[in-house]
Amino acid sequence: MIQKSILEELKKIVGPPHLLTQKEDMLTYSYDAAVLDPVMPAAAVIPETKDQVGDIIALCAENHIPITVRGSGTNLSGGTIPYASGIVILTGRMNKIIEINEADMYAVVEPGVVTAALAAEVEKRGLFYPPDPGSMAVSTIGGNVAENAGGLRGLKYGVTKDYVMGLRFFDSQGNYIKTGSKTVKCATGYNITGLMVGSEGTLGILDQVILKLIPAPKARQAMVAVYDTIEQASETVAGIISARIVPATLEILDNFTIRAVEDFSKAGLPTDAAALLLIEVDGHPAVVAEEAAQVKALCLKMGARTIDQAKDDAQRDKIWAARRAALSALAQLKPTLVLEDATVPRSRIPDMVRALQRIGQKYRIDIGTFGHAGDGNLHPTILTDRRNKEEFLRVEQAIEEIFDVALSMGGTLSGEHGTGIAKAPFLEKEAGYSSILFSRQLRAALDPNNILNPGKITGV
Amino acid sequence: MADMKELANLVKELEDQLVTCIRCGMCQSVCPLFEQTRKEADVARGKLALLTGLMENMFTDPDGVNERLNRCLLCGSCAANCPSGVNVVEIFIKARAILAEYKGLSPAKKLIFRQLLAHPGRFDALVDWAGRFQGLFAKPDANAQGTSCARLVSPLLSHRHFMPLSASPFHKILPEKGLITTGSGPRVAIFTGCLIDKIFPGVAHASLKVLSHHNVGVVIPPGQGCCGIPSLASGDRDSFTRLVDHNLALFEKYDFDVLVTACATCTSTIKKLWPSVYKNPSPGMQKKLTALSEKTMDINQFLVDQVGIEPIETNLEDAEKEIVTYHDPCHLKKSLGVADQPRQVIRAAGCRLAEMAGSDKCCGMGGSFNVYHYDLSSAIGILKEHNIEATGCTTVSTGCPACMMQISDMLGKAGSPIRVRHPMELYAKSLETHTP
Repeated sequence: MIQKSILEELKKIVGPPHLLTQKEDMLTYSYDAAVLDPVMPAAAVIPETKDQVGDIIALCAENHIPITVRGSGTNLSGGTIPYASGIVILTGRMNKIIEINEADMYAVVEPGVVTAALAAEVEKRGLFYPPDPGSMAVSTIGGNVAENAGGLRGLKYGVTKDYVMGLRFFDSQGNYIKTGSKTVKCATGYNITGLMVGSEGTLGILDQVILKLIPAPKARQAMVAVYDTIEQASETVAGIISARIVPATLEILDNFTIRAVEDFSKAGLPTDAAALLLIEVDGHPAVVAEEAAQVKALCLKMGARTIDQAKDDAQRDKIWAARRAALSALAQLKPTLVLEDATVPRSRIPDMVRALQRIGQKYRIDIGTFGHAGDGNLHPTILTDRRNKEEFLRVEQAIEEIFDVALSMGGTLSGEHGTGIAKAPFLEKEAGYSSILFSRQLRAALDPNNILNPGKITGV
Repeated sequence: MADMKELANLVKELEDQLVTCIRCGMCQSVCPLFEQTRKEADVARGKLALLTGLMENMFTDPDGVNERLNRCLLCGSCAANCPSGVNVVEIFIKARAILAEYKGLSPAKKLIFRQLLAHPGRFDALVDWAGRFQGLFAKPDANAQGTSCARLVSPLLSHRHFMPLSASPFHKILPEKGLITTGSGPRVAIFTGCLIDKIFPGVAHASLKVLSHHNVGVVIPPGQGCCGIPSLASGDRDSFTRLVDHNLALFEKYDFDVLVTACATCTSTIKKLWPSVYKNPSPGMQKKLTALSEKTMDINQFLVDQVGIEPIETNLEDAEKEIVTYHDPCHLKKSLGVADQPRQVIRAAGCRLAEMAGSDKCCGMGGSFNVYHYDLSSAIGILKEHNIEATGCTTVSTGCPACMMQISDMLGKAGSPIRVRHPMELYAKSLETHTP
């Protein structure tokens, strides 16, 4: 509970319609897209201006009130599940694109800007903002930065961290911090920008983000390769990379996912195929043509049954619609869907695919595997019903084994979903205790009263 | 009022549908209300969480959930885009019914739904009287949309530019025993719908003209009632069920192959909600509802898919044709997947179709949503109005009379010269002009 006087102060800061305290509203800010227990906050505020955010943080700092920032609540690791005695800051009204600078190729945006909205605005100007997380139609830039979100284009274009040039944020005391710049190079001070990206709201609260933009590619070519064994498909992924070709996108769908997508969308996918690779190369037209031919030859050499190139935009859209339908199609099969993102060095993709099949059998659970094979980031998707306690226990055991396998291959627990609450207990496995201690000390120094999204990442 | 535990048990009826929401939040990208307010309780994911909360007996009274549940256009944009395939509209309608039955309907709604709407004869008579007196309270706008506005400041009408009741509702001109014509091919029964009958009878006349032009045999039973969606949206499943009974018994007396309506909302209600929300149907009744649902079709869809229409021959160059933009009613495109056929009808009418941005974005009407949340409804409608204007059209066409009302209001307020017409009206007019 929060004292009434503090709620009154918050109301003064944001105006009465923008402070929510009723239990019904609190329930709607108690969860995100992760399969975890909900926690209701004590209040939610919807600021619109930098000053309002600063005032809220100062008030919370003085009264030791925990703060969790929420964009669209789509994250998959529980990073936006609040603290019971804390408040939620909603970024919905801080959704202005402040500047798109075509000459210097950067954009300055507020944290509540929706990723797809920015991408569309940028594209109108012949520029390109590549990070494209699956939730980009709703996810916010603030959330993408806080989680270091990835997407389908990670392989060639990198992830959110590769596009953040600078930030403006408030620290835990309400001081306004500037880091990075609008220049391509910047060598002053600590690289606080790098530290902030992926910090999940535990080190500061964003006010503005400066993002790098690049010229849009002039040509692109999408392809679908069909395989009779998933080993051939995953060997092809490793083969393409070792042939020094870097496609913009290189995705895999296993048979379980292919059948689910086909049942759902009737797109005409080969349901007898063991795996599909969806590949797109982009760039200068001549390079695209050459690389497409190389990829095609490679796929066939590695045993692809067929490989088809998209002849026009409509065919290209159809290919990516099949990929985008993967999660939807799997989600329809059972009530609960647990989407994992353990990631391995890309040469280990064949081993990882085999391991996932073995784990699914061992724990007698349905795992659909699809994802960003080209960057080593698969999405083993477990279908279950959380109400079935016995089965869910097996699911949890399977997840832990997936983590162990990924780490044993030199991988990571999360390629793009973040640590949050879900992976905090496992972080030590990956990084070791001294890394956790280092992170906790850093955090304690910057946030002595532990008010910035407590419980996330470092577990305290 | 019964206790909250009992309510929790009632909501349990929805559990299997509620658990299919995986909380991914993708509904936020398409919800027209969320676009305005950006509050989680206004979007499907939030409302589904609230219903789960009700089921888990988390609240001491149901009012807060009820109030939030009613802040919804029931446009189905979320359901149409839901990765998990959650049947959001059906869940919300059933939940509204559970809550209304638990709380009891408000006296005003009881009067409207139980005493009026559920008695088609009484309702027709009252609206008929109201039509004669409306001139006392409202004055015509003399604009392209043919709307009216309040003569005096009225808290109820606010600054709306509403469509006046027609002086001659469609049912009045029908023969007492209904209308039966013969033709070749499939025989069609027409479900008129309240808004077409009482506000846009021209749409019904146009539909008749079009069907007769194509030599389609028609039956229009007399004494038709409302499809029941207004009752259902307010949670009055009893009145809804009574209306379905009334209409079903009426149409059963006639022999026809297809039931068509020119109202997107009626079509979607008959096809989707009659079989799924009817209260405690017997197996025989369920069979009848399903059979009728399968026979029901939007009139544009019938005309294009079953009759087949050819473009009217004109010697107009493309540039000389009337520019028409088309608004996709939620109940046609998102609910039934009908989007291409109305466009074909418009092209066949000799018009040039200019697509607007976001043609399938909700217009903000949402039936009673417009009554209780006029400000939000208008804010959503203004976006639609801007998109319509940006096409440079002279007419906006749409297959739903409720959308026609909302769009007329928005255009009227903006002082726009753009007309609002149903595709059947455009097509019927082209037959007049171009058929010898």
